Amino acid sequence: MLQVVKSTQAWRNFSGTRWQSEINVRDFIVSNITPYTGGPEFLAEPSKRTLAVWEKLQPYFREEAKKGVLDVDAATPSSLTSHGAGYIDRDNEVIVGLQTDQPFRRAIMPTGGWGMIEGGLKAIGREPDPAVRETFTKYRKTHNSAVFDLYTSEIRACRRSNIITGLPDAYGRGRIIGDYRRVALYGVDRLIEAKKTERAQLDVRWPTEEVMRLREEMADQLRALADLKTMAENYGFDIGQPATNAREAVQWTYFGYLGAIKEMNGAAMSVGRVSSFFDIYIERDLAENKLTEAEAQELIDQFVIKLRIVRFMRTPEYDALFSGDPYWATECIGGMALDGRTLVTRANFRMLQTLTNLGPAPEPNMTVLWSKKLPDGFKRHCIKVSTESSALQYENDDLMLPEFGDDYAIACCVSGMRLGRQMQFFGARVNLAKCMLYAINGGRDEVSGEQVGPAFRPVAGDTLDYDDVMAKFDDMMAWLARTYVHAMNCIHYSHDRYNYERLMMALHDRDIVRTMAFGIAGLSVAADSLSAIKYAQVKPIRDESGLVDDYETTGEFPVFGNNDPRVDDIAADLVKRFMNHLRVHATYRGAIHTQSILTITSNVVYGKGTGNTPDGRSKGEPFGPGANPMHGRDSHGWLASCLSVARLPFSDAQDGISYTLSVVPGDNRQGDAETFSRAVDALDMYFGQGGFHMNLNVLSKETLIDAMDHPDKYPQLTIRVSGYAVNFIRLTREQQEDVINRTFFHGKI
Amino acid sequence: MAADPLAGSRHDLRHDLSPDAPEIENYSEGDGAFGYVHSYETGSRLDGPGIRVTLFLSGCPLRCQYCHNPDTWRLKHGTHISLERIVSRLRDFAPALRAMKGGLTLSGGEPLAQPAFSGRIFGAAKGLGLHTALDTSGFFGVRATDLYLENVDLVLLDIKSSDPETYRRVTKQDVEPTLRFAERLAAMGKPVWVRYVLVPGLTDDPANVEGVARFVAPMKNIEWVEVLPFHQLGTFKWQALGLNYELAETPPASKDLVERVHRQFRDAGCNVR
Repeated sequence: MLQVVKSTQAWRNFSGTRWQSEINVRDFIVSNITPYTGGPEFLAEPSKRTLAVWEKLQPYFREEAKKGVLDVDAATPSSLTSHGAGYIDRDNEVIVGLQTDQPFRRAIMPTGGWGMIEGGLKAIGREPDPAVRETFTKYRKTHNSAVFDLYTSEIRACRRSNIITGLPDAYGRGRIIGDYRRVALYGVDRLIEAKKTERAQLDVRWPTEEVMRLREEMADQLRALADLKTMAENYGFDIGQPATNAREAVQWTYFGYLGAIKEMNGAAMSVGRVSSFFDIYIERDLAENKLTEAEAQELIDQFVIKLRIVRFMRTPEYDALFSGDPYWATECIGGMALDGRTLVTRANFRMLQTLTNLGPAPEPNMTVLWSKKLPDGFKRHCIKVSTESSALQYENDDLMLPEFGDDYAIACCVSGMRLGRQMQFFGARVNLAKCMLYAINGGRDEVSGEQVGPAFRPVAGDTLDYDDVMAKFDDMMAWLARTYVHAMNCIHYSHDRYNYERLMMALHDRDIVRTMAFGIAGLSVAADSLSAIKYAQVKPIRDESGLVDDYETTGEFPVFGNNDPRVDDIAADLVKRFMNHLRVHATYRGAIHTQSILTITSNVVYGKGTGNTPDGRSKGEPFGPGANPMHGRDSHGWLASCLSVARLPFSDAQDGISYTLSVVPGDNRQGDAETFSRAVDALDMYFGQGGFHMNLNVLSKETLIDAMDHPDKYPQLTIRVSGYAVNFIRLTREQQEDVINRTFFHGKI
Repeated sequence: MAADPLAGSRHDLRHDLSPDAPEIENYSEGDGAFGYVHSYETGSRLDGPGIRVTLFLSGCPLRCQYCHNPDTWRLKHGTHISLERIVSRLRDFAPALRAMKGGLTLSGGEPLAQPAFSGRIFGAAKGLGLHTALDTSGFFGVRATDLYLENVDLVLLDIKSSDPETYRRVTKQDVEPTLRFAERLAAMGKPVWVRYVLVPGLTDDPANVEGVARFVAPMKNIEWVEVLPFHQLGTFKWQALGLNYELAETPPASKDLVERVHRQFRDAGCNVR
């Protein structure tokens, strides 16, 4: 009875009934949202308290830019309740909660793998705690050690040779988004009750391995929810009950997210789609005169401050793949509802406003779900924010809505999933360009000479023949796909068993859709190489052992990135082909196969490990990032480049197709209003033509070169690279150079 | 790298691709099924309304001191290419251009050096539902027949000076044809954006600006006067072609100068930007 009374108070003036009788945040949102079609005029500046908290953090940021990791608690494996309350500036913090007892003090999460902990500590000259080491090497098996118990020698050889790289077999897989809004809307007690009901329904099911696994997982989920309450109690909050106002809604939601990042060092730890949810509470408080606009902005600013200081322990090898310490606290704004209304709210604007109030930053990874039908004022404001900060990415809501409904979010960079109803088994990517070289060399690695793939017949003769290479490439893709699915099954079986995301999964329904997210790198290199073989003359050059390690290419050939169907169709065909090879093989837990064309910053590492290619790329040279054309080859302007990428089929790459576009701010004689209109038209066009994703950078090469030489002048310089934003000065020199070598368009959208 | 004869961008030096091509004064282009093209670029928002594909044709009667594409002066610099190929390439971009309320701009070089070829390209572009713009010096304005201009929605007209002497110094040609062409466009009511390249020491004389401003101000068809400040981006092409570049020491137009020239046009009653 007490429960009902409290819910009534928390839910006063909210409409809709369905979300009250079941866990259904989506129904709550569409029943109560106030779509906003205006502009940014109402926005407020940062509050004194916000500035005080932000100021307090600056020395940490500066120190970190110089030193890297500032501090680690090496003695305390992290959990929801491992550390007491921590604060930045208790008097001025409106939203509270840290991963450990101190800001920038990183926690260790050894269940993913002990190697990550030991490697990470060693890199900063610290020793692991002997007792912790003994526990996780002797008594408690980790995900990492379980995977290697399952791997085949072939999988190990593939990892070693960089044909499959970045697999989450030594670290947390991430790419799971807990529906953190549930904590605020329902309170943890109601969530526990609902989970217990779901759990009780399993009693009648015969205990097959699958059912027993689920029962065990749900028991862990229930413990996690109880621990989450305890964690919040440490900060003086009872989150058993639903949030009663905007401040509590933000705080409760953040506690849910905080719990996730205390327990899981996942590659990508997205926030979901929270700002329009917050807006409903803010609107109610504003209507009740309990909140001012300045206070509403303060809530969002302070929430975002917390999302900017998430830190994990990682190794130098990991940093080489995913540079700049990203964690993809991805937050989605914009998008449309199924009923035709927009889901843009004032809180979406407030979220963007943090980039002004606190300055640009890579996190949270702000993602605009773009639809042609979005209100014009919002579209224009997004373009303005992109121009000022280069911190936004855009993804195609018109493509995703039919797939995922209207309450999905983006995990990591480009992976759409229904909130609370869908998760993915993340699987990094394979090197498609190298796979082509394996086809040419009969499964031998072009760098080491080692026989890694099956010993098929290598190409013979003095000139490469397109049909012959394509047939061999197809066979090699079939082998690679099989090995890849095999590895992924091992990884996710182990991860579920030894590094289960108990809290994040507690914030999902029991019965969820699972996808297994494969990926490819080097698409443009492979397509250009095949184009060279098809349209020009490519002579293989063999070393004394008969290994083809170089090519002599004469004649001209079309290259990807110029909207030329002759080569763009080859690229699209490769995507479809590899996807179909993946689909043949059964996945762990019946997950649905998906694929992404995304590299993060690993295009550098992939290029390093790949020999000369027939397109004229030299050994070691970086690949184009994500689905991008090779640097500089998209020589006919951004429009041609965009259209080539838009031609890649989303139906065969449903985990996302990443494209980064860098334009130089140029002649503005037509004025801002006109310039923004054309940019809006350009984005409408790109997405209308089937484009999936765009990282939009508006900056000049000269700025970046200056930042390389004078990092102190650019502490907050943010730039988007394949799927995420990074603080430029925190990239390695090599990656900075790679970014500078990318194509910058002077066409000026 | 590309088998496409249209490889490369306007910013790449491209020359001597058709060594056997005649000079423009000896050129007879027949029915315009083939022509000489330098390069093309996509995505411009400056060469007309919306977002454009800009095709740079080869061959120009002018020899402007500040030209940033001297590798488009002669037909032989460009690629000999069929109309059909141009149109098929344009077709790949048409849906995107329509979606962005843009179209095709022919530039160069001087598109009117090849009136049959460029006229047929415009005709095809209109057939694809695209907005069309002609970027011209007007020197060959008489070659643009009324029929030709029917397929041209906008003319970007370079008026480098109204004073014959200055014009000759800048371009080595007469200004008369350009002025007559401007008057003809005005009489037709054809939309025009006048472009005025502002080069310190060459075209910045207040009297010269005043002359152009007074000439264009009464023309109701002129939607904009665009002042384009001189830049040095094409210098490397002059050097590579072994040409004598007289503006090597010329500084870019200062902000104050640009503002002064804007004011002159504005005071004369023009929409200037």
